[in-house]
Amino acid sequence: MSRDLKTLVSQGLKSRYRNERIMRSLGVTALLFASGFLLLILSIIFSQGYRAFTQTYIEIPIELSTADIEDISSINFQNKIRDGLRELFPELQARAELADLFRLASRGASIDLERDISSETPPGTINFIALASSDVDMINKGYFVDSESPRGRLSEQQYEYFQSLTDRNLISRQINTNLFLKGDSSYPEMAGVMGAIMGSVFVLGITLFLSFPIGAATAIYLEEFAPKNRFTDFIEVNINNLAAVPSVIFGLLGLAMFINFFGFPRSAPIVGGFVLTLMTLPIVIIASRAAITSVPPSIKEAALGLGASKLKMVVDHVIPLALPGMLTGTIIGMARALGESAPLLMIGMVAFITEIPQTIFSPSTTLPIQIFLWADSPDRGFSERTSAAIIILLVFLILMNLIAVILRKKFEKKW
Amino acid sequence: MDKPIFQVKGVDVFYGDNHAIKSVNLDIARNEVISLIGPSGCGKSTFIRCLNRMNDTIESARISGEVLLEGEDIYSKEMDVVMLRARVGMVFQKPNPFPKSIYDNVAYGPRIHGLVDTRSDLDDIVKESLQKAGLWEEVKDRLTAIGTSLSGGQQQRLCIARTIAVGPEVILMDEPCSALDPIATAKIEDLIDELREKYAIVIVTHSMQQAARVSQRTAYFHLGEIIEVGDTDQIFTNPKERLTEDYITGRFG
Repeated sequence: MSRDLKTLVSQGLKSRYRNERIMRSLGVTALLFASGFLLLILSIIFSQGYRAFTQTYIEIPIELSTADIEDISSINFQNKIRDGLRELFPELQARAELADLFRLASRGASIDLERDISSETPPGTINFIALASSDVDMINKGYFVDSESPRGRLSEQQYEYFQSLTDRNLISRQINTNLFLKGDSSYPEMAGVMGAIMGSVFVLGITLFLSFPIGAATAIYLEEFAPKNRFTDFIEVNINNLAAVPSVIFGLLGLAMFINFFGFPRSAPIVGGFVLTLMTLPIVIIASRAAITSVPPSIKEAALGLGASKLKMVVDHVIPLALPGMLTGTIIGMARALGESAPLLMIGMVAFITEIPQTIFSPSTTLPIQIFLWADSPDRGFSERTSAAIIILLVFLILMNLIAVILRKKFEKKW
Repeated sequence: MDKPIFQVKGVDVFYGDNHAIKSVNLDIARNEVISLIGPSGCGKSTFIRCLNRMNDTIESARISGEVLLEGEDIYSKEMDVVMLRARVGMVFQKPNPFPKSIYDNVAYGPRIHGLVDTRSDLDDIVKESLQKAGLWEEVKDRLTAIGTSLSGGQQQRLCIARTIAVGPEVILMDEPCSALDPIATAKIEDLIDELREKYAIVIVTHSMQQAARVSQRTAYFHLGEIIEVGDTDQIFTNPKERLTEDYITGRFG
């Protein structure tokens, strides 16, 4: 009998081990495939985006007379920049040549100059580091080095001026503070993500503020207090269905309800927050319910057995033990909301907005929508910024997921 | 017997269609340990959970009949379940301390029932309860340590201390030693014997030796019915019923 068992088992052993090996190699292949694509995507984004974190500047001498300092409001900063440029190329006289020259500096240069000069500035000549136009920036970053037209969108003359400036060491690259501190602009060199970040912060703040309490309360009620009957079953099925509804539908709902019916302003973070709350709620509820279910029944019985009321049991034991799971679910829901764009398009958060939003009622966009807007632009300066904005968005997403992991690790109870 | 503390009269329990307890009558006296024995699935645990209405938490459970605690029906509208569970404490099969400090575990009951006003009174209750549970000497230097960090036997004594701290009249124990080693079991059994001076104790056990060691009276359950109740000595030496004899002599189980 035992011999039979031995022969029977050994007959099958070979194919069992072979199947195991096949399964394992399939798994490894799939993993390599997936992580390979991920790496590819990330490397493309980073290789295109990293250059947007620096920006090209031209050093221009600016003459400030005592009269200028005494009455700053009368200074024409645009002309000061132009005078400075003209001083660098005194040989140029023709109007057309000068117009070409002036276009090397960005329109933003005069705004920066205005910001830098105050009544305390000593009169005389200062070397102002002026923002260069996007076309100069592209050349300087070497986008056109190997292409057929190495001067990009610059004219022949402009390219000569640029080379002359380079030879004189007046062209420099510095950290691109505009990218982080400014709102959107139609000039790539002046455009930044701050407006979109503030919009995202407002929208996510509202979403968190609404979806966590409502979702947690719903989950607690459904798990601990609700009677198990047809009605609660129906609600449960529908919560699961809601989690699977495409987000653009929530956008349409928000448009019809919050904007058309309740009259909230278009493009405002408050409406975006409401819409994303609708979208995030099912995720929060499902995650919270899972967290509550995982609280050991023995702990609940212990509390009830001591004479704790149901509410006391929930507040003292269920919530503290379920909270890490609830928070993790909420953060993951938030991360999804941060990356969401379709429902926000429906409620008009896709407008071109240069101002950084100050309140939850001011028009704004969010990071993914900023990416969408910039990706739409044919300008090379914007495509570089698109990648940079994606990197910023990814950093935020990774941060949020990191917080979720840390929370879970920190508050996880061992039994 | 003096006037019993618990009188159970014709109690039936159903889980859905399953008739788990069939017209059970039982009196439980003060200062006695009564053990409930019987094969698995015979309704011992279901019965003990009727005494503090823990079956309320099971949606499909229905109960009929009367359970009188000091003459009051615990299933009547006037009986508050929170009050009932303060008077009838329970120790569970698996040690289930809260994931809080040892001190907070014991102090939880007095706190939620508002038994004390000052911190020092609470300290006294915690100390006294841990002493009664025979755990004080082992944990007095680490009351802030988390309760789940204790060994299994210590955890179970902590759960007993937690129950005592409320000052109940009856303590229900649902197989309190089934998850413990023999040494921890012996400690708990000694403890049960001491606690008898102040409390009525109902203990469900699978171990007939344990029933013989700790209890004064024993009830034998079979398929949801009480077959025989009597003094422990009599049940184990001279059972009246054939079923009881078969069970305690190990002819089936």
